[in-house]
Amino acid sequence: MDPAHAELDAVVRKARGRVLSSLIRSCDGDFDLAEDALHEAVLAAAAQWPANGVPHAPDAWLLQTARHKAIDVLRRDRRHRHRLEEFKHSVARTRDPEELVPISDDMLRLIFTCCHPALNEEARIALTLRTVIGLPTNEIARGFLVSEATMAQRLVRAKKKIREARIPYRVPDRADMPERLEAVLLVIYLVFNEGYSASSGEHLVRGNLCRHAIHVCRILQDLMPDETEVTGLLGLMLLQDSRREARTTAEGDLVLLADQNRGLWNHQQIGEGLTLCERALAQAQTPGAYAIQAAIAAVHARAKRAEDTDWTEIVLLYRALLGVRPTPVVALNYAVACAMASGAEEGLRLTEVLQDELAEYGPYHATRADLLRRMRRWTDATEAYERALSLATNEPERRFLERRLAETRAAGAASSSP
Amino acid sequence: MQYLLMIYENEEQRLARSEEDQKRLLAEYFEYTHQIREAGQHIAGDALQPTTTATSVRVRNGKTLTTDGPFAETKEQLGGYYLVEAKDLDEAIGLAARIPGAREGTIEVRPILVFD
Repeated sequence: MDPAHAELDAVVRKARGRVLSSLIRSCDGDFDLAEDALHEAVLAAAAQWPANGVPHAPDAWLLQTARHKAIDVLRRDRRHRHRLEEFKHSVARTRDPEELVPISDDMLRLIFTCCHPALNEEARIALTLRTVIGLPTNEIARGFLVSEATMAQRLVRAKKKIREARIPYRVPDRADMPERLEAVLLVIYLVFNEGYSASSGEHLVRGNLCRHAIHVCRILQDLMPDETEVTGLLGLMLLQDSRREARTTAEGDLVLLADQNRGLWNHQQIGEGLTLCERALAQAQTPGAYAIQAAIAAVHARAKRAEDTDWTEIVLLYRALLGVRPTPVVALNYAVACAMASGAEEGLRLTEVLQDELAEYGPYHATRADLLRRMRRWTDATEAYERALSLATNEPERRFLERRLAETRAAGAASSSP
Repeated sequence: MQYLLMIYENEEQRLARSEEDQKRLLAEYFEYTHQIREAGQHIAGDALQPTTTATSVRVRNGKTLTTDGPFAETKEQLGGYYLVEAKDLDEAIGLAARIPGAREGTIEVRPILVFD
């Protein structure tokens, strides 16, 4: 790649979200028009920059060029005549090309529109990755294990709904903000978890989803530094992601937190995660679910060795988490923490009440199996491992449970033989 | 932009309401209708007779088939509607959320298709 093309590539990668978010506003919320116009602007840049040199403010150049391309499109299509004047007007309002780009409000508009609760969850995720990050459709498809055609269809439908139901391109007002922000954070965390739970075979593509989720959250945190849940979520993801290298063996087998080589943790990321976590807790009047989860991850991150983990602190934090998010899965994690702090019997007792709600939830049975194993109730443990195994969703998890099941069976046989 | 706000609610519950509750709810609906009319957002709105009065009509091979009952048997039934003017979906959602029936039932919000 020659320098001009390399620079174009870098500029587009860096500025795409900002340029597009501003362009969509000029296009009155028309995502397709904005994307087409930006695409043409990039083509124009590829043709002109190598000969004429890279412009002084390349992202502003892209935006300005894209706006003119959009005007061309509107002019060509009679149906859009009435929008042309409006468009020209909105372009004319911005005079200084240097001022064109760093319009943070547009980025927020883009994020909140992509994550609008009137879109289904899959659509929100796809649209956010496509437009905010600029991830190509085929890569999003691979990340979520669906065909490119399915993913493309998902994006088309989402944009059609935005257009036809007229989902507004704006930052929600104060009254709607809590609900809307929660929807955005959920999308970010879902993307992160999709990447985090990826197994090794698909490690590279899917693992990148964590990076993308962190990137979107960083943008959001920059723009809304006082929203403590945004800060909390960013801290949480950085702390969880810091263990990436230690979580699996070279063969792709799962390594439990207690057995991880903590030297492999990303300590720079932990440092940043801890700072964000502390800031979120200090700023929040009552810490939200993400800030509390970040605090839990922080307790693990601070422990030099697994046995140094302050489980009493973690129990307290889970109790606080149950207060703001009283779900069976949180209750299960609380039980695990209690088992670590006060013994397996106590943990097992706390899982009993979750039996009905979590009957089909693999980790529930894996947790019980582990507690029963620690209590040397081999037969019950074997049964629970078998149940967990039948519900396992990915390969490393399956291999881990199989290993544990074999150990438990062997221990059971050894203890029953005279 | 026009949106149809369709009020779905459990008909059995609706018919089982005490007269007092019925009156209170009706008053809330009048108040709501009044408010959106004042705001210039009201285009039309009606309550419907229960689905026991419904007739479904379809034409197949030129022949009209008429059957008793609503189009689909569901847990919640269409009980009424508002046709409103709103500048975008957020405003329409805001209007839908204020309909008294939203507290127990579900309001489906559908933009009106404009042919151009």
